[in-house]
Amino acid sequence: MENESATPRQRYDEAMAASSMRDAQFTTMSGIPLESVYGPDDGDFPGQYPYTRGPYASMYRSKPWTMRMFAGFGTAEDTNWRFKEIIRAGGGGLSTAFDMPTLLGLDSDDPMALGEVGRCGVAVDTLADMEDLYRDIDLGEVTTSMTINSPAAVILSMYIAQAEKAGVPRSRLGGTLQNDILKEYQAQKEFVFPPRQSMRLVRDSIAFTAAEMPRWHSVSISGYHIREAGSTAVEELAFTLANGFAYVELALQAGLPIDAFAPRLSFFFNAHIDFFEEIAKYRAARRIWARWMKDRYGATDPRSMQCRFHAQTAGVSLTAQQPEINIARTAIEAMAAVLGGTQSLHTNSMDEALALPTEKAARIALRTQQVIAHETNVAHVADPLGGSHFVEALTDEVERQAEEIFAKIAEFGDGSMLEGTIRGIEENWFQGRIADSAFELERALNDGRRITVGVNAFTEGNEEDQIPLLRITNEDEQRQRKRLADVRGRRDQAAVDAVLAELATQATDPEINLMPTLIAAAEAYASVGEIMSTLGGVFGRHVEVPTI
Amino acid sequence: MSGERILVAKVGLDGHDRGVKVVARILRDAGFEVVYTGLFQTPETVAAAAVDEDVDAIGLSMLSGAHMTLAPLVVQAVRARGVDIPVIVGGTVPDHDLQELSDAGVAAVLTPGATAEKIVAEVRRVLDGAPMTS
Repeated sequence: MENESATPRQRYDEAMAASSMRDAQFTTMSGIPLESVYGPDDGDFPGQYPYTRGPYASMYRSKPWTMRMFAGFGTAEDTNWRFKEIIRAGGGGLSTAFDMPTLLGLDSDDPMALGEVGRCGVAVDTLADMEDLYRDIDLGEVTTSMTINSPAAVILSMYIAQAEKAGVPRSRLGGTLQNDILKEYQAQKEFVFPPRQSMRLVRDSIAFTAAEMPRWHSVSISGYHIREAGSTAVEELAFTLANGFAYVELALQAGLPIDAFAPRLSFFFNAHIDFFEEIAKYRAARRIWARWMKDRYGATDPRSMQCRFHAQTAGVSLTAQQPEINIARTAIEAMAAVLGGTQSLHTNSMDEALALPTEKAARIALRTQQVIAHETNVAHVADPLGGSHFVEALTDEVERQAEEIFAKIAEFGDGSMLEGTIRGIEENWFQGRIADSAFELERALNDGRRITVGVNAFTEGNEEDQIPLLRITNEDEQRQRKRLADVRGRRDQAAVDAVLAELATQATDPEINLMPTLIAAAEAYASVGEIMSTLGGVFGRHVEVPTI
Repeated sequence: MSGERILVAKVGLDGHDRGVKVVARILRDAGFEVVYTGLFQTPETVAAAAVDEDVDAIGLSMLSGAHMTLAPLVVQAVRARGVDIPVIVGGTVPDHDLQELSDAGVAAVLTPGATAEKIVAEVRRVLDGAPMTS
């Protein structure tokens, strides 16, 4: 426990004395020694409530951010090869991109999957694909992040089944499931079931991982897609944290004590091109989360109050014109995320406005992070911009505007953030605000109030740029369909039918946690599409009312 | 020249709808009547909607890379209904795919960075029956 009578500086010094330090010279290039943080002794310190300056006292002095590069394409075998490359190249964690059919809970042989199998990520149909995806990777050591939402509970079940078959018990598995369904309705639009039924699956996975998987992050509450869909920085922050409050209220309603699950919630923010606004956004996120968790939800464990996040540079900031300029954009955005105290980071590749990245482009993106980590010395001092008049004022203003949005959402829900977010979705409020902001930005670009280099200014050279692009052929689609047919031919069909029938029965009773039966279905080699359509038979389907 | 009807559509599984909504508003502000299909359409549902709504052109918004599979199917589905409604593709289309899309009957392709003026001009050009440039 923290010593209440000590000054903030004394408490900080105690926390630092108890922290492990990595082996590095914490000086400038010319040898000037650097303190681990700067500021008045009675001021804010990292690792102390409300955590504006960082969740941990030592920040990057103990451990730099994790360079977590998102990858996935083609079949599971292809992606397994890319994963091993990432580990060899010094990437600290894996991040799995699934293809669109998988994201929407469809099998690779579904007619709607045509043209999409293995295109924007890896195709996973059954446990056999998960086995190939993580083959010869020690899942007790490497942490994995899986970007999956509507079928998140299904994919988590397959991950557990696959790891346990390989001899790693679920209790040792570390990683993150995105599992953030609310932002799907608001922004990313990869939804399957209606919101309330989807939230039941989120509740089940939060409760299950809280009980059985102490190293697992059950939900990665994601603003990234909200921003990519066109929101402002403040909207990204406010909608994301509001969604976080909704998941907290969901788990509290299910009877979980706040400190039993809140430490395993994490966040995922965009790192966009407006440098200081992004840094202010991250600082405000930590402060707001800490205050709400403590004051409104009664958390007492500091870990419940610490907003930890992953960041990814902004895909929408990349241009198809003169794509090499994107390396500079990405470096600036990555720097904002680091100065803002991110726990992990993905840097986009220069060619991603055109196609999935080539291996070389992805390597340059990783190298960009390594330059920041190892050459610039910016990781020596926590929250290096804390105390700047500008950054502190901007942090306060971002927080103030976010609180205005929370008040509106609470109003929708008659005081409940859970109801407020769901009603806001059902009434297209979030979707409308995001579309308005996207259009406003487009108009600003169009009438020259905003400049994008190579697009509406400085276009000399646009004609001469040709960089090699990754081409994905339809052969992957054929191969994946064949793999699925093989698995269907080999498995015990009676066992599959039995477990799916049991799942359908359990789905009708909202009191039942579906995770154990989902794991049994994975072990029987039931496919993602079969499991999701079984659940869909009970839950129904979500249809968005098209609005411009 | 106002009052022409454009169907904007998202076909396939790609849920990225930022572009389609922005383009829909640009076209609406330029005086077109714009109908949006919503997400997760098939080539068949797009062609059927285009005929039902009696539109003058179809705009397909594609981000995921599935344009080479899906855009030609939309053209075929439209032609199979015995109508000649031009199909315009907008989105992340690499240069090396342009010729094949043109050969498949796509009337125009608008790529990232196209200005509002360019989008409106291309749609007008297609409606006037001019051949594909670029």
